[in-house]
Amino acid sequence: MLKDQDRIFTNLYGLNNWSLKSALIRGDWDGTANLISKGQDWIINELKDSGLRGRGGAGFPTGLKWSFMPKEEKNDRPHYLIVNADESEPGTCKDRDIMRHDPHKLIEGCLLAGFSMRAHIGYIYIRGEFYEESQRLQIAIDEAYDAGLIGKNACGSGWDFDLYLHRGAGAYICGEETGLIESLEGKPGRPRLKPPFPAGAGLYGCPSTVNNVETIAVTPTILRRGAGWFSSLGRPKNSGTKLFCISGHVNEPCNVEEEMGIPLKELIDKHAGGVRGGWDNLLAVIPGGSSVPVIPKSICDEVLMDFDSLIEVKSGLGTAAVIVMDKSTDIIEAIARLSHFYMHESCGQCTPCREGTGWVYRLMQRLIIGDANINEIDKLEDVVGQIEGHTICALGDAAAWPVQGLIRHFRPELEQRIRKRANDTI
Amino acid sequence: MPTLIIDGNEIDVQDGSTVLQACEEAGIEIPRFCYHQKLSIAGNCRMCLVELEKAPKPIASCAMPAADGMIIRTNTPSVKKAREGVMEFLLINHPLDCPICDQGGECDLQDQAMAYGRDSSRFGETKRAVKDKDIGPLVGTIMTRCIHCTRCIRFGEEIAGVEEMGAIYRGEHMEIGTFLEKSVKSELSGNLIDLCPVGALTSKPYAFTARPWELKKTETIDAMDAVGSSIRIDTRGREIMRVLPRLNEEVNEEWISDKTRFSCDGLKYSRLDRPWVKKDGQLTEATWDESFNAIKNKLSTLKPTQIAALVGNIVECESIFALKQLMTNLGSPHIDCRQDSTPFDNEYRASYIFNTGIAGIDQTDAILLVGTNPRLEAPIINARIRKRSLQSNFSIGLIGNDVDLTYKYDNLGNTPAILDEIIKGNNPFSSILNKAKKPMLIIGQGALSRDDGRGILQKCRIIAEETGMIQENWKGFNVLHTAAGRVGALDIGFLPGTNGFNTNEILDQAQKDSIKLVYLLGADEIKTNTLENTFVIYQGHHGDAGAKVADVILPGCAYTEKDGTWVNTEGRVQKATAASQPPGDAKEDWSIIRALSDYIEGELSFDSLTDIRSTMTKEIRVLGLIDKQSPGNWGTFGEDCTIQNKLPFKLPIDNFYLTDPITRASPTMTKCTETFYSNRIRENVTDG
Repeated sequence: MLKDQDRIFTNLYGLNNWSLKSALIRGDWDGTANLISKGQDWIINELKDSGLRGRGGAGFPTGLKWSFMPKEEKNDRPHYLIVNADESEPGTCKDRDIMRHDPHKLIEGCLLAGFSMRAHIGYIYIRGEFYEESQRLQIAIDEAYDAGLIGKNACGSGWDFDLYLHRGAGAYICGEETGLIESLEGKPGRPRLKPPFPAGAGLYGCPSTVNNVETIAVTPTILRRGAGWFSSLGRPKNSGTKLFCISGHVNEPCNVEEEMGIPLKELIDKHAGGVRGGWDNLLAVIPGGSSVPVIPKSICDEVLMDFDSLIEVKSGLGTAAVIVMDKSTDIIEAIARLSHFYMHESCGQCTPCREGTGWVYRLMQRLIIGDANINEIDKLEDVVGQIEGHTICALGDAAAWPVQGLIRHFRPELEQRIRKRANDTI
Repeated sequence: MPTLIIDGNEIDVQDGSTVLQACEEAGIEIPRFCYHQKLSIAGNCRMCLVELEKAPKPIASCAMPAADGMIIRTNTPSVKKAREGVMEFLLINHPLDCPICDQGGECDLQDQAMAYGRDSSRFGETKRAVKDKDIGPLVGTIMTRCIHCTRCIRFGEEIAGVEEMGAIYRGEHMEIGTFLEKSVKSELSGNLIDLCPVGALTSKPYAFTARPWELKKTETIDAMDAVGSSIRIDTRGREIMRVLPRLNEEVNEEWISDKTRFSCDGLKYSRLDRPWVKKDGQLTEATWDESFNAIKNKLSTLKPTQIAALVGNIVECESIFALKQLMTNLGSPHIDCRQDSTPFDNEYRASYIFNTGIAGIDQTDAILLVGTNPRLEAPIINARIRKRSLQSNFSIGLIGNDVDLTYKYDNLGNTPAILDEIIKGNNPFSSILNKAKKPMLIIGQGALSRDDGRGILQKCRIIAEETGMIQENWKGFNVLHTAAGRVGALDIGFLPGTNGFNTNEILDQAQKDSIKLVYLLGADEIKTNTLENTFVIYQGHHGDAGAKVADVILPGCAYTEKDGTWVNTEGRVQKATAASQPPGDAKEDWSIIRALSDYIEGELSFDSLTDIRSTMTKEIRVLGLIDKQSPGNWGTFGEDCTIQNKLPFKLPIDNFYLTDPITRASPTMTKCTETFYSNRIRENVTDG
């Protein structure tokens, strides 16, 4: 279990005040100018050494991502830092708590990240539904401006950095990085083709980097305490601490910061008060937000919560939003609900996702009541396979994976329901 | 030059190519719906997926830049499966209405479903239905068929410059339409029909009339404006069913204007299908012999200087040449082709053609428009300017009416006084022209068809010379004509001879009775009321203004019904091919003139089209250089004259859809006028 002195988010539960004064007491904004004075290369190397992987879901090494930005800013092509605060993945609520209880961690992170990628402008794209959070974050930004921490000559470091808060309108697809950039430009949130990648041509065609709130918020602490400290936590290539959001059929749903690689069972038992009705009452867990495949209890018993361990069991860490389902759950209906979500949130621009998500949803609706043929399960598997990997952005994959997980682990349940209905009808 | 390996074969492609283009280069067909070489890349249909070695997922070949060392596979089972998958997704919500769909037989979806699709459907749910949109009188919509390739949206944004089309809603509810359910106000809207890979956007006038396989296809040249677009005319029997564009990078790329495409139904109405002769003040049906005799009888009473001839806008070179010969043989100097009284003469060819060529617009870096609205006068040229304006290092100045040209320009004013400012360097735009490497000037007929036209022409020449438009390989002096036959007529020299009258003088003298016979060859855009007491021979294809005052009517062919040579505004000589036959007794125009010459001792020597062509090209060499744009010779043209500096320029075309006898007879063009021009009036008055 993570020691208290290794926690990064010391005010995750809002027990203390969120304002600048309290943040300073907690150690935020400590020696920021000093960190900046060490230069861009030092920051990026430190992040590379720390092994920090993006916390938004894909787990791309952060230091490497920042190093893709051009080394020099050309006059007519400013660099942009964009913070993805459009936290919409079902089950996930970590960024929200960072923004409402520890906003200065994010703002300080923006300055450091912005500096290291030679950006003088940062945008925080916050989910529209996060109204209170946006108000609070804006006040925190204003505080930072007033204290000279950002703006002209931020923290006295000689680096100018402006930070803007932009509220989204609540579309899940605007959490996809290029969809977010489109939305920020004032267009409908429809993801762009890659290449070109945002580091080459992003916001307004200029070099941009999009990072998750948590990724940005942990960087100041990593830089202060050193890459060695961060990488000593967790497992190789899956280092550091992570915010886990545990929801569903647990006794005490919560957000908690834990070491990467903690066993799933320990995570649930220690922090969420255990599964409702005891561990044996567990049916399945979606370990990383709605997009990743579900894993049954047999896997949950042993699996470790980090990127590579979960990939080994054909699921993923995603946003580390652990959705726990006990045996009272209709697992087919649960996954069908997710299919509805992806159908509703598909932007509609590319064919497999636009047409496929609706088809999958309708098939799933029939499977809930068993109104199908057994071989339609294979058809469903084939259809989701045709969506996966054939779309412009990852929403197609995200729509496919939950269904694939269902068929992989709960095929007998699906077949039984079809047989039962066939028998009942006769 | 990147080198790729595609299906095991090595191939070098040009820098900047995409993988799809590389595959095409290698002779491998890649199915696609959203990709179109003239539009930006959307990459959304996902039909063009191919395998790239070391990539975790198949890639959209249309959007992936070709890079050195790429190993591409297009024939693996996984590519086949991916294509089947995309095809299946496209078809699940596409209606099975091919038997009643106008796209049937030329539908990308049909063809590709045959080539790349699965053999049967696995979709058992209900299909989606989408409400149709009303986007105007030309383009019909059956939106349930839409596969969301967004070609129409991109065409609107990138080529036509109308941003009415767009996608609304998300996911499977996404719909293409005009946001406010308005008609698409573009002179190029018909191209949406060609671009649409399925039957979602179809031609309203052509709806349910024919299947593509029953049509005879004739490749020819358009004559509805002076651009001379390359077109294909589809006919069934005698009837022209539709007009489609042909690819011609130097002229119209792949586009044609709505007038070119849709005015063809005007060829069915108000046609002159037999000769008519006026007897006792009443036109009566006649034979060719009777009508020629009537002319012969009249001519025998007249002196050569009492006869005159005018040539209209839509007449091909051969007939003009024949008529000129006839008039010369009869001894009359009173001939003119400039119905709108423009000041051109044919001493210097460069003074009346679009010297840089239409493709020259791609290279220019500054354009000065004088007295023109290219959007109405030549939509294809306007689209070319717009295409250039979307790139960098480009400025446009306009001296003329403030109109929506679909791109940004500096309005410098609307009077000839601005020309002087530019010559003297008092106008900010003169420094832009001076700095430009390849500046050009486009002068419209509106600037020239006025009393001081020859002075304006001179001033424009001076601007061209002073601002560096005239260089060794670049003559940035461009005249934008509106009449398809005008440049040809000027090349032939259908202009007043020694002591000859021009158009206005002929009409004046006719009123004063010193001109007693006027031969109108397709000339309708003149003030015919002055000809009421004159003996008028009207030769043409439509019962329009000229025929109304005629004493003898000789029925000729429309541009679609005769082989002929046309010279477009660039001075490009192009050959048209007859696509159908003229109605009734109507004959090819040159042959009518030839036959008449026998009656009146006009002594024309040619007996076939080949004859007349060889005589014509021997005399006017430039007309023999088919499909070429011959450079014009430069000289001091234009004349000093008092210029009415405060008189604003007028535009030659007010209503794009009604400009000539064919469009005036066309029900479709009338419908367009009702939609697009009465709306304009109504908007001004009440809407709001």
